[in-house]
Amino acid sequence: MTLPLRLLPCGTGGVLVEITEPDPDRALRAVLALAAAVRRDPLAGDLVDLVPAARTLLLTARPGVAPDRLRQRVVALADRLDPGDPTPPQRTVTIEVEYGGWDLAEVADLTGLSRSEVIHAHTATPWQVAFGGFAPGFAYLIGGDPRLAVPRRTEPRTRVPQGAVGLAGRFSGVYPRESPGGWQVLGVSDVVLWNPDAVPPALLSPGTQVRFRAVSVSRTR
Amino acid sequence: MTEFDVLATGPLTVLCDLGRPGYATVGVSPSGAADRGAYRLGQRLLGQSYDAAALEVTLGGLSVRSSGLVWVALTGAETGATVDGRPVAAGAPFVLQPGQLLRLGRPRAGLRTYLSVRGGFGVPAVLGSRSTDLLSGLGPPPVRRGDRLPIGPVPAELAFAPVDFAVTAPARPEPTELATGPGPRLDWFADPTQLTRTRWTVSSDSNRVGVRLQGTALRRDPAHLGELPSEPLVRGAIQVPPSGQPVVFLADHPVTGGYPVIGVLTPEATDLIAQARPGDLVGFRFRA
Repeated sequence: MTLPLRLLPCGTGGVLVEITEPDPDRALRAVLALAAAVRRDPLAGDLVDLVPAARTLLLTARPGVAPDRLRQRVVALADRLDPGDPTPPQRTVTIEVEYGGWDLAEVADLTGLSRSEVIHAHTATPWQVAFGGFAPGFAYLIGGDPRLAVPRRTEPRTRVPQGAVGLAGRFSGVYPRESPGGWQVLGVSDVVLWNPDAVPPALLSPGTQVRFRAVSVSRTR
Repeated sequence: MTEFDVLATGPLTVLCDLGRPGYATVGVSPSGAADRGAYRLGQRLLGQSYDAAALEVTLGGLSVRSSGLVWVALTGAETGATVDGRPVAAGAPFVLQPGQLLRLGRPRAGLRTYLSVRGGFGVPAVLGSRSTDLLSGLGPPPVRRGDRLPIGPVPAELAFAPVDFAVTAPARPEPTELATGPGPRLDWFADPTQLTRTRWTVSSDSNRVGVRLQGTALRRDPAHLGELPSEPLVRGAIQVPPSGQPVVFLADHPVTGGYPVIGVLTPEATDLIAQARPGDLVGFRFRA
């Protein structure tokens, strides 16, 4: 098997790999598998950056690296991968969440679950970091209970607190700092996702497994 | 330790170097100087390597008084700068004596001026860079009146042979021609030559994140009207939102975006558009 892909131009030294697998979950898993394969390959030493997204992977070469070498190597790596290959988690992080208030009732309505079933669904299945973006330290989490797929809020909030744990589409995520946002918020944690003085600065990176744990149910806010 | 006492900043003055490459995966923009070439030239004029922090001054208006003797250089947009009221040349190193006042006027053409100092500005680095990142909120905040900017120790050795004077390009012909390569979603557009045939006006709604352009709206190919899942962005990417009015991303760009990218400017062309002012005309040409 091989990964179905297209190589798209993306500036001097850049190649955008697009996974053409139509199923979005399989496409995303393929992106993560390919990113993991590149990270393990000597090719990683030729890169300034390796950025996964929903169905694309950006490779940016260091100055002086021939773009052709990049293209050939990434195709060779993809040839050995299967879109169904699971990416083994690199490490597990447990995040304690005080569930309650915010959009918990709305999510229960949207999913047809009770509030406690929503909390159980969010904590019972481990999530995996797919990619970052949006803000330093933010991670898009996938692989949770499929019943939790909900649309974004119709009216984004102007202020979501640091540590808010939310859902949007098939993703879950934690706000690394206070910001505006449209995710359906299930509760709040006091996890520090981003510390620019730490190495690495982000607690969560692609491949990390995340487990949520309910610590107590606060009063409705 | 020598310091600069900031008496005025103009509309926006930030710290810059070559930014924080390699952290896009965790949501950090590359940041750094908007006009990389002008920043680099400043460091070469002072014989130092490309990691010294300089000031990026938007539309002039900066005034600083030096507490000690320091070598400085001005590059990028020409502001008709003075030292204690006497004109000084841009593109050549000069000395500020203790107590002397360096004042930048308003550039007649171009937008961003780089004030480099021998030793660099000694502000704390975040993820290996002293650049102000207005999108991620990393690095030092924009410079304010009353700030005292410390200047770092002067390196013992020169990284480059000393340069007395840099010959820079004369005033640019208008509209500025921007060399671009194809973007990942070039085929999402009905007629890519619409990009190159249009004269685009730089919008006042532009900043270090991106330059917004106004002109005849770019039309999508009917086969590609759907939503694009967010994908990684690079500096110089020409992104086209549903309005059809493109945005060219600069140093503080978001790491991913959900609209198709029709083209990506060369690094040199990205430096050029970083110097374009609101109201300036720009054009694109696909490079061979």
